[in-house]
Amino acid sequence: MDIPRLPLGRWIETGLDWLTSEYSVVTRAISRFTQTGINSLNDGLMWLPEWALLAIIALVCWKLASPRLAIGAVAGLALIWNLGLWNPMIETLTLVVIATLVAVAIALPFGIAAALSERLYRVIMPVLDFMQTMPAFVYLIPAIPFFGIGSVSAIFATVIFSMPPAIRFTTLGIRQVPVELIEAADAYGATRSQKLFKVQLPLSLPTVMAGINQTIMLALSMVVIAAMIGADGLGSEVWRAIQRLRPGDGFEAGIAVVILAMLLDRLTQALRKSSR
Amino acid sequence: MDEQRPVKIKVRGVSKVFGKQPQKALALRDQGLKRPEILEKTGQTLGLSNISFDVYQGELLVIMGLSGSGKSTLIRCLNRLIDTTEGEIIIEGENIPTLSDKALLACRRRHFSMVFQNFALFPHRTVQQNAEFGLEIRGIDKQERQKIAHTALQQVGLEGWENAYPNQLSGGMQQRVGLARALANDASVLLMDEAFSALDPLIRKDMQQELLQLQTRMQKTTVFITHDLDEALNIGDRIVLLKDGEVIQIGTPEQILTQPADDYVRRFIEGVDRSRVLTAASAMRPLRTTARESDGPRTALHRMRDHAIDSIYVTDRDRTLLGLLEAEAATVAIQQGADSIKRYLTQDFRKVSPDEPLQHLFAMFSEKSLPIAVVDEQQHLLGVVVKGAVLDELAKAGEQ
Repeated sequence: MDIPRLPLGRWIETGLDWLTSEYSVVTRAISRFTQTGINSLNDGLMWLPEWALLAIIALVCWKLASPRLAIGAVAGLALIWNLGLWNPMIETLTLVVIATLVAVAIALPFGIAAALSERLYRVIMPVLDFMQTMPAFVYLIPAIPFFGIGSVSAIFATVIFSMPPAIRFTTLGIRQVPVELIEAADAYGATRSQKLFKVQLPLSLPTVMAGINQTIMLALSMVVIAAMIGADGLGSEVWRAIQRLRPGDGFEAGIAVVILAMLLDRLTQALRKSSR
Repeated sequence: MDEQRPVKIKVRGVSKVFGKQPQKALALRDQGLKRPEILEKTGQTLGLSNISFDVYQGELLVIMGLSGSGKSTLIRCLNRLIDTTEGEIIIEGENIPTLSDKALLACRRRHFSMVFQNFALFPHRTVQQNAEFGLEIRGIDKQERQKIAHTALQQVGLEGWENAYPNQLSGGMQQRVGLARALANDASVLLMDEAFSALDPLIRKDMQQELLQLQTRMQKTTVFITHDLDEALNIGDRIVLLKDGEVIQIGTPEQILTQPADDYVRRFIEGVDRSRVLTAASAMRPLRTTARESDGPRTALHRMRDHAIDSIYVTDRDRTLLGLLEAEAATVAIQQGADSIKRYLTQDFRKVSPDEPLQHLFAMFSEKSLPIAVVDEQQHLLGVVVKGAVLDELAKAGEQ
């Protein structure tokens, strides 16, 4: 028995090559646009003196969550500052923020559409399974021919990797709105958009926020990995530590990632609770 | 039935099949098959079959049936939350099943408010915002809708709770919000889907009374769904009885009680009776006034006038019932200069013993609707039973 091996990999490469050459104008435009966004946010955050940004973050934590989180944030960020990881931390934060914004901007309409259309739901769910279970590193490879080495590729891979929970939770949130409330809205003659904006979206908000929280967490883990294709930030500190076999440096950067993750998580959790 | 009253909603030949090939199920139905056989042969459920009835302007029509009778489906067909398979539902000349999506929205906004069994309040909106919902959907400007909603909340006794959220209220209060939301909307028909079934019995009774009061005041055409016969008897002007998706009987509470259309209805009514042995004694009221045989016609007539009645029972000294004196007979006696009413009495009235079963009494009410006399074995007059009291007693019976 000699069944020829399927040239699956070659097909994918051919497809990707075709996409790269045909849509290079588009990808280059996206690339330039995204790079500008990254640079300005980065510059903006770095222009602020460390203590000022620290104070702002503490204030936000206090207002949105609790004094406890504010104290934790100050302690954590001060440690990062002290370890000399402030700028990489800002770079990572920038990547996370931009990737999350893009992911959520794509995820919300898709999530809503999938909740309202059974057919779209059946198409989207397996795609999401694919996106989530494909090893994250794999996305890094096609990102390079599309957008070159650097932060834009990192954002691309991160968006794909972190988007699924936002779509899933949005769909779930809308589908979980009790039938009787939909009936009530219908009975009073609500149009589809009135129903969506006055009933379905407000009621699914806590669930949507949970999805966004997941997206942020995944984005953070991905931008760290994306250091392998040249993304700046804490990830590249870790990457450098690996290459030079310096576990101390690696752990320092790793702890900074953990602090950032906890801060972002607690903040979005607080937002979610207040949306309930 | 009163044919002169204007018809608000006309329901004709409405059927609903839950399934993908409804025509097949309807064809089998036309061959005389019933719901279980149709389900077995086609896998489809015949939810409603050939339903026809009218809803009169300003009446409170109760659609009653046990679970699975199709009552919830039927009320949802009225405002097309569920599409019908066949038949017409006509409200002010518009046939609801064939309306375009746009016309349907307009129709729902103009004609229908709905109150739901589990309240279906929006948890993210305050009481006030919930009451405003229908108006908001219709695009009424903010100030006006706040004013209307406020009035509606006052009507249901929820003043001062405007800024609370539904989950801060008790069940009864939540349903008041549901009612306010419906009233504020000022649609021409109020649909109430088992509106009080989720409430505990005492509160349910209160809500029924309040609904009746509102109904007297506002004369709003109301379609009320319930599985509870007592509730139906208590509040309904007329009752449509459903079973397995078919209309079994349409009539006033009295008609249902006195002339049950078939055994099914009869068993239903017996269910009411069994919970308490209802006899004439339970509905009996003491007499407000009687006349003596020795009274003159003027005295007797005077007593009738004092109590605003047009006939009076006449007894002898130890309360033995002798007869009934009607006002006209008394007038004649005066004209003829009689000094005793004895010769002018009539025996044309009904008398029963105290253990007479209550449902027998219905048939006895004559057109003049004279109170029925209750007498003991020695013909002593114990009291009277009036028509309204019989209904009250029957309705009360189920609650215990």
